[in-house]
Amino acid sequence: MIAVYLLLLLSVTGIFYFALLGHRPQVGRINTWFNTASFLITVWLAINIFLNGNIISANQLFIVDSFNIYLIVLTAFVGLTTSIFSDAYMAHEKEIGRLTDKRLKVYYAMYQGFMLAMYLVLVSNNMGMMWVAMEAATLATVMLVSLYRTPESIEAAWKYFILCGVGIAQAMFGTILLYYAAIQIGDVENALLWSVLYESAEHLNPEIMEIAFVFMLVGYGTKIGLVPLHNWLPDAHSEGPTPMSAVLSGLLLNDALYAVVRNKMLVDGATQSHIAGFFMMGFGLLSFLVAAIFLNRQKDIKRLFSYSSIEHMGLMTFSFGLGTPLSTFAALLHMMVHSLTKSAIFVTVGHASQIAGTQRIEKIRGLIKTQPTVGWGLLIGTLAIAGFPPFGVFTSEFLVLLATMQSYPWLTPLLLLGIGLAGAGLFRNIQPMVYGKQSDGQLPVQANLWPVMIHLALVLWLGLAIPTFLADWFSQATVLISGSAPL
Amino acid sequence: MNIENLDFYTQAILTLAALIGLTSFLMLGQGRLLRLVFVFALQGLLLAIATALAAYSLNEPHLYISAVITLALKVFLIPWMIRRQIFKMNIHRDTEALKNKTAVMLGGASLVVFSYYVLHPVLHNTPVVMLNALATSLSVVLLGMLLMISHRQAIAHVVGFMSIENGLFFAAIVSTNGMPMVVELGIAFDVLVAAILFGIFFLHIRSSIDSLDVDMLNRLNEVDK
Repeated sequence: MIAVYLLLLLSVTGIFYFALLGHRPQVGRINTWFNTASFLITVWLAINIFLNGNIISANQLFIVDSFNIYLIVLTAFVGLTTSIFSDAYMAHEKEIGRLTDKRLKVYYAMYQGFMLAMYLVLVSNNMGMMWVAMEAATLATVMLVSLYRTPESIEAAWKYFILCGVGIAQAMFGTILLYYAAIQIGDVENALLWSVLYESAEHLNPEIMEIAFVFMLVGYGTKIGLVPLHNWLPDAHSEGPTPMSAVLSGLLLNDALYAVVRNKMLVDGATQSHIAGFFMMGFGLLSFLVAAIFLNRQKDIKRLFSYSSIEHMGLMTFSFGLGTPLSTFAALLHMMVHSLTKSAIFVTVGHASQIAGTQRIEKIRGLIKTQPTVGWGLLIGTLAIAGFPPFGVFTSEFLVLLATMQSYPWLTPLLLLGIGLAGAGLFRNIQPMVYGKQSDGQLPVQANLWPVMIHLALVLWLGLAIPTFLADWFSQATVLISGSAPL
Repeated sequence: MNIENLDFYTQAILTLAALIGLTSFLMLGQGRLLRLVFVFALQGLLLAIATALAAYSLNEPHLYISAVITLALKVFLIPWMIRRQIFKMNIHRDTEALKNKTAVMLGGASLVVFSYYVLHPVLHNTPVVMLNALATSLSVVLLGMLLMISHRQAIAHVVGFMSIENGLFFAAIVSTNGMPMVVELGIAFDVLVAAILFGIFFLHIRSSIDSLDVDMLNRLNEVDK
């Protein structure tokens, strides 16, 4: 448990450190060190969990089990690699005069603030605290979206703030209803603790829980980027600095989905029916299809990939909604591979747009000639995210399809259509960007592509073979969520 | 069941719920910013009274702390901050002509009916007063959203946002005697940070579009034209 406290404490220290000293020249590297330390702590925590099983802190505020441990490590890992990327990226942005010292201070302090909020969402055992941390994540990132102070970025940040703020308020109402249902079965002291509620879920009033879940799905769904509550997402991704897009897509969306699933587990226990799953399936499928269509009409490279994020989040929501052991396993795996692939893509996209000096797709051409590593990174990343074998995304999407065929065969064509549409939309745009005739004025930038390579290698590895300890965690989490083992 | 048969606390909470709902409607139809902020502060005051009353009648001392936090934040600090912004931007004389005022008010009324409809299943095993109080809080939340939709001024959006928080808080007080302290402190902290951030945003929006009319924030589109 010490590891959890250390992790949180480290991020808090980070906030204050960068708020005071964030203007120093080596600050990007120090941020990397902070995140390295966090990552090592989470690895230590993971080893602990692996050896000793789930832990709940003495005051019951924090829980670490097989469901959230891999997400915690993943969060720290993506946070680390993105901070390596952001070091070079921010140095470049400062060089070309888009950022001042003061804004860099805000950037680095809020980077740590965001990481703190993410860890808190994941380890929180108290559903109220989870909500508070989720809201704090919005507050931390909103200033980062408007970091460049262009009219567009301010508009994007305002939209993000209002939409997510109002959305998450719905989740609070849901949480209040949950609390209301919980105190009816006694034990007022522990009425918001997930671990306690999970044990006694069947006693919760099913009608209240159903209503509560609708509110929570809409609330946290705004943060997942479910259609029709997704409007903030492409704007925030395209106008904010690219490292921010990487962590938003890779971490924030995952954590919001995590919150929904935690609540779904309680609701399923209370209603003993599949109603929560149906809601998630509907929302998920709608998001998946709408995003796949809209993806084809984007002219901004970051908007393109943010729609791809909505598409994948929709698929995961759908898959958790299906609720069979196989689909749950697939969704857990997909959370991981999507997060790794998408953050890698955003890193290369960040470099690509710095090379071309713009985010307009038609102005970025022939990357493979200008800077081969960036070109290859983008191409392989896109291959992976579009679901080509042998990458991990293929494995998880294949499992989702398999699970769909088992329970709702008539939905399979829709899923295939969505995957096809999205793949076509991505390649139509990526192909000329990578291979096309080089446009004028494209200059190579100083880029560190180690994060991309490591991410993609991991995704490849997960596609070929899932390590035993990870598969064990996935299976345990699947049992926890869906009630029985996947295979 | 007659209202006279209920105990004093229940009667008082019902009255306060009605008044809080009323303030939401007052805000909805308000075109003047300063008055809007005043009504918002009034709503905060009613909320603080409800909290203190709950603390006293139900003998829950920790609710006194919530009452004090509410009083400080929602009645004094946040309204004062917004007021200062209004004067600083020199928009305190502006009136906003609301389009379709009647339709908005009717929409508000139907939202109240809708809240009762949604929460009706709760009625099965709870006292009627709970349904009234919960439905009122949900309507305050929804009316806050309607306020944001129908007004164009960024300031009105912030007031709507904060009034949604009020609705949530009222729900927590009446239905569950307040959330656990750690959660409540967390929420108060979030609200405070949000209020400060909104202040910063006004300056940014103002300097970027030279107005606080959010209809002019229309550069980003779902699909590129």
